[in-house]
Amino acid sequence: MAVLSFERKYRVRGGTLIGGDLFDFWIGPFYVGFFGVTTIFFAALGTALILYGAAIGPTWNPWLINIAPPDISYGLKLAPLKEGGLWQIITICAIGAFCSWALREVEICRKLGMGYHVPAAFGMAIFAYVTLVVFRPLLMGAWGYGFPYGIFPHLDWVSNTGYQYLHFHYNPAHMLAVSFFFTTTLALGLHGALVLSAVNPAKGEVVKSPEYEDTFFRDLIGYSVGTLGIHRVGLLLAMNAGFWSAVCIIISGPFWSRGWPEWWTWWLNLPIWR
Amino acid sequence: MNRLNKLVAIALPALLLAGCELGRKEQEQVGPRGTALVLIADPDSKAKVGEIPAPPYELTAEMVAGEKAGTAYENVQVLGDTSVDEFNYLMQAMTTWIAPDGSNIKDAGCTYCHNPENMASDEKYTKVVARKMLLMTRNINANWRPHFANNYGETAGQENAGVTCWTCHRGNPVPVNNWSTAVPDPGNITGNKRGGNTPAASVAYASLNYDPFTDYLAGKDNIRVGGKAFPTAASSAAIQTTEKTYGLMMHMSQGLGVNCTFCHNSNNFAKWDDSRSQRVNAWYGIRMVRDINNNYISALGDVWPANGKGLYGNRRGPHGDPYKVNCATCHQGVNKPLGGVKMLKDYPTLKGNYAAPAPVVATAPAAAPAPASAETAAAPAKPAA
Repeated sequence: MAVLSFERKYRVRGGTLIGGDLFDFWIGPFYVGFFGVTTIFFAALGTALILYGAAIGPTWNPWLINIAPPDISYGLKLAPLKEGGLWQIITICAIGAFCSWALREVEICRKLGMGYHVPAAFGMAIFAYVTLVVFRPLLMGAWGYGFPYGIFPHLDWVSNTGYQYLHFHYNPAHMLAVSFFFTTTLALGLHGALVLSAVNPAKGEVVKSPEYEDTFFRDLIGYSVGTLGIHRVGLLLAMNAGFWSAVCIIISGPFWSRGWPEWWTWWLNLPIWR
Repeated sequence: MNRLNKLVAIALPALLLAGCELGRKEQEQVGPRGTALVLIADPDSKAKVGEIPAPPYELTAEMVAGEKAGTAYENVQVLGDTSVDEFNYLMQAMTTWIAPDGSNIKDAGCTYCHNPENMASDEKYTKVVARKMLLMTRNINANWRPHFANNYGETAGQENAGVTCWTCHRGNPVPVNNWSTAVPDPGNITGNKRGGNTPAASVAYASLNYDPFTDYLAGKDNIRVGGKAFPTAASSAAIQTTEKTYGLMMHMSQGLGVNCTFCHNSNNFAKWDDSRSQRVNAWYGIRMVRDINNNYISALGDVWPANGKGLYGNRRGPHGDPYKVNCATCHQGVNKPLGGVKMLKDYPTLKGNYAAPAPVVATAPAAAPAPASAETAAAPAKPAA
C-alpha cells in the first residue's frame, strides 16, 4: 500500500503511553507501538489456543467448534486445560488483545491531537464482553457462567440464558439495549442514504452540499442534527446499546433469579392503582 | 446541588435496588458446561415448602385389618373395603385437610360434608364431591405413577410421594390455585384484549394468552406447535397458537418455581434426547391434569351448585364451568410438592390399586377396576408430543 501524499504529516512521533520510542514506528501504513506488539502477542496466542482446542475437540466444523468454560463446580478456581482451563486462558488473551488495541487507539489519538472518542467507543464493546465473561461470573461465583467460544455454541448459551428468566424481552435493560441497537441501525441507515443521495446526483447535476442534506431532514422531520452532529448521535446510540447490553446480563442472575415478566409486578403494585 | 437533586440521587438508586434480589443464589448445573443449563434460585424468594399435618394418630396393623367400613356403616361406596378404624382415621385427616375444625370456614369439621343427624346421607353436595375426589386420588396414585417417578431415582413400581387431599387443599375447601375458563373478550374495540395483552398471573405476568388451560388442560389440543415439515397453507401453526403454548409453559414454570431450562434445552425445545428426564414427568403431568379435570371435576356436572346458589360460596368460574386443576394446584411454586415427602404412606387406603407393568413383581391385583379414563398412564415409553 502506497503512502498517500498527505499521510506523512500524520506520522508524528511521540504521544506513546508506554515504552517511549521503543516501538514508535510504522510497518508500511501500520503504526506498531508497544500495544500493537501486545495485541499481536495476545491475538496470536489466543487464536493458537482456539485451534488447539478445536484439535482436541470432536469437530473441525467451523460452526460447531466449541471452547466451553469450566463446570460451575470449579467456582472461581483454575480448571484443567481440557475442562475449561483453555477457555480461561483464551479469555485472558482476548481481554489482553482487546485492551491492547484500545490503548493503541489512544496512542494514535494522542499523536493526532484528537479526542478519545474512538477508543472510548471501542471500550464500551470491551466493557460489554468483560461483563459477560468476568464481572457476571465473579458475581455468580463461577467462571462457568461465561459464554462458550464457538459460533453455534455461544448462540445456544444466549438462548438458554434467556429462557432461564422465562421471557427475556421483559428484562428492562434488554428493552433499552435492543431499542438502542435498532435506533443505531436506523440512524446509520438514514445517514448513509442521505450521504449517498447527496454525492450521487442525477446526470448533469452537481454534488449536493450539506446545506441540501440539512434541508432535506428539516423538510422531513423539522430538524437536522448536522454533519458533525449525526456522528455524535451515532456514537451516543451505539455506546448506549453496548452499555445497556452489559446491564441487562449483569442483572440476570446476580440480581434477579425469577422470570423477567414477574419483575414488573413492582409497577402493578404501585400504591396509586394496586 | 439543590434539595430535589439530592432527593433524586438518593431515591433513584434505592428504587432501582428495591426491585433486586441481592445475596447469594442457589445454583445447580443440569447440562454440559458452557450451555448455560444452570438452575439459579434466590433462597429468599423461593416458594416455601408447605408444612404437613401429622396423622390423627398411629395407624397400627390390627386397626387396618379390622372390620370393614362397608359392613359397619351405610352408604359407603368407595371406602367399603377399608377397615372401620382406618376409615375414621382418614375421615379425621380429611377434616383437617379440607375444612379444619376451628377455622372460619362455614360448617367446619365433619358437618362440612355430613349431616350430623344422618352421616350416611348424601344431602350435602360436598359429600358427593368428596367421594369423587377419593376416587380421583386413588386414580392418581394408582395410574399416574410415571408422573412422580424417574426423577429422583425411583421407578414407577416403587413407592413414591403420591398425593393426598392435603397436596392440593392445604386446609382449604377449594385449593387456592385453580382455574376456570376466561370470559370471552367484548367484541367492540375498547376493552378487547384478545385473550391476552394483560399482565396475567396465570402466565407469570407476561402478556401472553392468559387462558391456555381450556384448550390444553381440559381440552386435548396439541401443545406442540412446530413440526419437522415446512409450514404450508394448510398448517394450523400461527403466532397465536405459539403464544398459547408459551403461556402454558409460563404457567408450568411459575407453578413449579422453575424455568424453561429445568426441562428443555432451548437449542431445540421439541427434541426429547436433549431434554431432561423431568420433561417426561411433565408430559405425564399434563395428561394427568386432563384426566382430573375431565373425568373427575367436570364429570360431577350439576353436583357443583350454580354460582350464587351454593351452600359454601361459588364453585364455578364466571363462565359457569367448575374450578379446575392446573400444575400450580398441587405444586404451589415448588418443584416437588411438599418437598417430595412420602405423605401417602400414612394413608394406605388412598393408594388405589396400582397395575404394575409386567417385569415388576405384582403387588396388587391388576384386575382392580381403575376409574380412570381411556387416556391413562399406559402411554408410550417415549412420548410423542
